[in-house]
Amino acid sequence: MGAAALGAVGVAGTAAGKAMPEATALAKLRAPRNARFVADETQTSFEDITSYNNFYEFGTGKADPQRNAQALRTRPWSVTIGGEAGVTGRYTLEDILKPHALEERVYRMRCVERWSMVIPWVGFPLADLLRRFQPTSKAKYVAFTTLHDPRQMPGQRAGWLEWPYVEGLRIDEAMHPLTLLAVGLYGRVLPNQNGAPLRLVVPWKYGFKGIKSIVAIHFTERQPPTSWNLAAPDEYGFYANVNPAVDHPRWSQASERRIGASLFSATRPTLPFNGYAADVAGLYRSMDLRRWF
Amino acid sequence: MTVTQRYRWLWKPLVFVAALTPALLMLAGAFGIAGRRLGADPVEALLLTCGKTALNLLCLTLTVTPLSKLARLPQLLRLRRMLGLFAFFYVLLHFTVYLVLDRGLDGAMIVADVAKRPYITLGFVALLLLLPLAATSTQRMMRRLGRRWQSLHRLVYPIAILAVWHYYWQVKRDVTEPLIYAGIVALLLGWRLWHRRRRTPVTSTYGSATAPERT
Repeated sequence: MGAAALGAVGVAGTAAGKAMPEATALAKLRAPRNARFVADETQTSFEDITSYNNFYEFGTGKADPQRNAQALRTRPWSVTIGGEAGVTGRYTLEDILKPHALEERVYRMRCVERWSMVIPWVGFPLADLLRRFQPTSKAKYVAFTTLHDPRQMPGQRAGWLEWPYVEGLRIDEAMHPLTLLAVGLYGRVLPNQNGAPLRLVVPWKYGFKGIKSIVAIHFTERQPPTSWNLAAPDEYGFYANVNPAVDHPRWSQASERRIGASLFSATRPTLPFNGYAADVAGLYRSMDLRRWF
Repeated sequence: MTVTQRYRWLWKPLVFVAALTPALLMLAGAFGIAGRRLGADPVEALLLTCGKTALNLLCLTLTVTPLSKLARLPQLLRLRRMLGLFAFFYVLLHFTVYLVLDRGLDGAMIVADVAKRPYITLGFVALLLLLPLAATSTQRMMRRLGRRWQSLHRLVYPIAILAVWHYYWQVKRDVTEPLIYAGIVALLLGWRLWHRRRRTPVTSTYGSATAPERT
């Protein structure tokens, strides 16, 4: 079973997901593990990954998304592809996912707030999707947009951020083999609080780059605006690469707390590019990472 | 029962148990007692619970004087020292969790934090200012310092401001809660200013700024 079946089984998943989002309420996804992309570390529990979230569309508390996201309707869902590309238009989620074989990858995730997890995602490389739409030579960046629907997303009635949430990547970052579009975790359909039905995962960047519940992908010539950068430009940059040497203005980024670890061993050092430096440091070779944080 | 007896055997023990309860709940959470958990990020949970409990107790301490005046219950002042000392206790716990569990006693990082992170600097200064207050909280020190004791203990006003500021500055985006605390502290300190303007010194009626043990 690949992505093609996800559209069908996902319906059952979201219907059942109205109750407590236990793992068993979510439809299963079969996705072979891609051994090249498996962090050899203890995985964070399903319970922690799905109950400790930053998803301000559903509230600013860590437990708010699990509580408030269950009514989000993830079917029908469509994604608009636009901008500097040969093929553009509005596509159903099923059309978006159909050609892609799903795989499981275990990635570290480092939040800008100094906590981290190890998550077994199910998804496919963003590059494979982007190529289908034939980006032109003017496509220097890729911009993403989250659903904007204050009726379904109560957090959008508050002014914590400008809505909708927007994010972006440079085209080489977007095409990098590590960059993933996720549709599930722990072998099941993505819970709503984790960004269903479609979210971005960029493991060498801070978690806020991983935009959730995506409804639009645009190829642009100019660097697109990004939500946290708009909210506090001196604190959150466009690049947001995990970097223990460049502190957040208000706190050090040299260490992090691993979610689910014991009280006395939670704190560990943060690695450059979240441990993915061998894969991605080359993307930034000539850049001053203090300036382009 | 006389007022003194009622306070010694009823109200003080009750306040003691109530003020200790958050610490006991955290302890139960840390060791999984009675099915309690501290959640996905236990260190953060401890930091936040200790910090907010300290702030709550600090606000309560500052509420005692206005309340005793408005409600004409001078005996309430007997509870103030305990509330203040419990606030100090939770500040120490908060600081210990930060030093040991969050920063793993990494000296260089802690020094850099205190020097470079404004919100940590503020919290640290508040902690330092609390030390002389806790040290001079006994009946004996009150007598020894006389009038200077009262001036010294007015430090609790800047401490309350620093504490709220410390909370406000570390919040990422949603500042609702720090602003609520700021409003409460503004009200409590504003009442004192207003009261002083009416030329009735806040503390004159009932003596010094901490509850006298016996009256």
